[in-house]
Amino acid sequence: MTTAPAFPLVLGLDTFGDVTHDADDRPLSHARTIRDIVEQGVLADQVGVDFFGIGEHHTDDFPLSAADVVLGAIAARTSRIRLGSAVTVLSSDDPVRVFQRYSTLDAVSGGRAEVILGRGSSIDSFPLFGYDLADYEQLFEEKAQLFAELRKGGPVTWKGTMRAALHEQDVVPHTESGPFPAWIGVGGNPQSVIRAARYDYGLMLAIIGGSPARFAPFSRLFHQALTQLGKDPLPIGVHSPGHVAATDEQAREEFFPRYQEMIRRVARTRGFAVPTRESFLREVGPHGALYVGSPETVARKIAANLVVLGANRFEMKYGMGGLSHEALMTGIELYGTRVVPRVRELLS
Amino acid sequence: MRDDDLAAAGVAPAATTLSSRPRVAVLGAGHTGPVIARVAMAAGYPVTIAASGDPANIALITDVLAPGAEARWAADAVADAGIVVLAIPLHRFPDLDPALLAGRLVVDTMNYWPPVDGVQEMFDDPAYGSSEIVQRRLARSRVVKTLNHIGYHELEDDRRPPGAPDRRALGVAGDDPAAVRTVADLIERIGYDAVPLDGLRVGRLLQPGGPVFGVSLGRTEFTRALARTDHTDRGSS
Repeated sequence: MTTAPAFPLVLGLDTFGDVTHDADDRPLSHARTIRDIVEQGVLADQVGVDFFGIGEHHTDDFPLSAADVVLGAIAARTSRIRLGSAVTVLSSDDPVRVFQRYSTLDAVSGGRAEVILGRGSSIDSFPLFGYDLADYEQLFEEKAQLFAELRKGGPVTWKGTMRAALHEQDVVPHTESGPFPAWIGVGGNPQSVIRAARYDYGLMLAIIGGSPARFAPFSRLFHQALTQLGKDPLPIGVHSPGHVAATDEQAREEFFPRYQEMIRRVARTRGFAVPTRESFLREVGPHGALYVGSPETVARKIAANLVVLGANRFEMKYGMGGLSHEALMTGIELYGTRVVPRVRELLS
Repeated sequence: MRDDDLAAAGVAPAATTLSSRPRVAVLGAGHTGPVIARVAMAAGYPVTIAASGDPANIALITDVLAPGAEARWAADAVADAGIVVLAIPLHRFPDLDPALLAGRLVVDTMNYWPPVDGVQEMFDDPAYGSSEIVQRRLARSRVVKTLNHIGYHELEDDRRPPGAPDRRALGVAGDDPAAVRTVADLIERIGYDAVPLDGLRVGRLLQPGGPVFGVSLGRTEFTRALARTDHTDRGSS
């Protein structure tokens, strides 16, 4: 068992910006999908969600390649919700530009920006920006290190092998109130857990399949690494897919066909098994990674797993290829008005 | 599964059971290595674990994620190992010195998965399965392919005692029958039905895009799924 959360409870929503469908189940345009996401972020703010995150992708199904621009639009229409990436694929981006984009978001949002950095689980961005997959680990290691330096503020001196060196370089815009929160998303690699500790990032556990409890050792590893390095405690978050509707049955019926179709599409190129209803129900159950159900079901599962994982933050990745904007808006409203207060109640 | 369970069931454990289990050296402390170390230890195997450099770099990972395993330099881990498990990303394999593994039984858990990991020149030959290419490079080792078609995140949770109705099957493919037997025994003791496949060439059925990759199947369905697919037709897939 890990220690009790020492950080405030944060309950957020993430999206990968899956293309939404219209009432006749036809895919909407990329532009329309992006405008819908702005509406979703605004609603999340209105209904009391703490954080809204956008994951960077570069495909026809997931056209959200410039999350910070969309977050800026949401920032202009909200005043409370925190805004961030989930994740920024740092391996194929430039840490200076990432810092500049998110410190700019921090400025326009009045200090509400965060960034969650990842190596990227798919490789779409590598050929797009001219990076070699053979350098995958080295790129992330160096860039995570440089970003940690940039985040401190003040002139940066840094030297690596994957990017030009910086010497006493002032990087603007300066943030108003110290470093904005930064996290590293980890999907199961212990080296990444230790890297997060070494460079003072929060640990964001991305749990997309199997039992959440199996990640508890990663929380312990994070705590022990911080202790060994003589550092202060840092927060732990959980990111998992889900969908909320009025009843368990409705949530499952809405979600399953989209989920199955999405994985069928990915499986066609990656060669793995398409989920069956049976495997889906296992993932929806108490020992699975999906938070699909009524507000009560989802709230109970979130609360239980936050305790098991010693985490203080949960981000539900809502939206699954082809769900309608209307279904997503209903889910966001239920998440904000019913799930968030219920989780707070269960954990108080 | 455990000796005391067997004893309770009226089966006397062989006196040599524990000590006769070969030492397992897990190469790799990333996603899969610590999980394999844990399940092997739970099955009574002594386990060492090694990454590419100084064991001090993986001491914390070993202590927290695979307590009971000993972190070593790769050469020291391999030196007294009866089974060496390759749990490294495939793109790191070309950096591995074949001499390190000469004479050893090597379990290949890796996959060639271009949509996820990119094209690897050494493995980009549709005429051969990835483990056949591993065997060709590790010419002085006996290579057995297994554990590549189950998610590392499932490996602990899906273990079941022998005879459990929902016990999952895992394929064990190799060119050396004795090596396949040793590894099949490990798979059975971990908690899975081992389905031996005669030859690394047939082991291509276990790869991404194959009929059992990432699917949880019992022995009967597993064997049936393999039989339905003519592996000689899979050259261009």
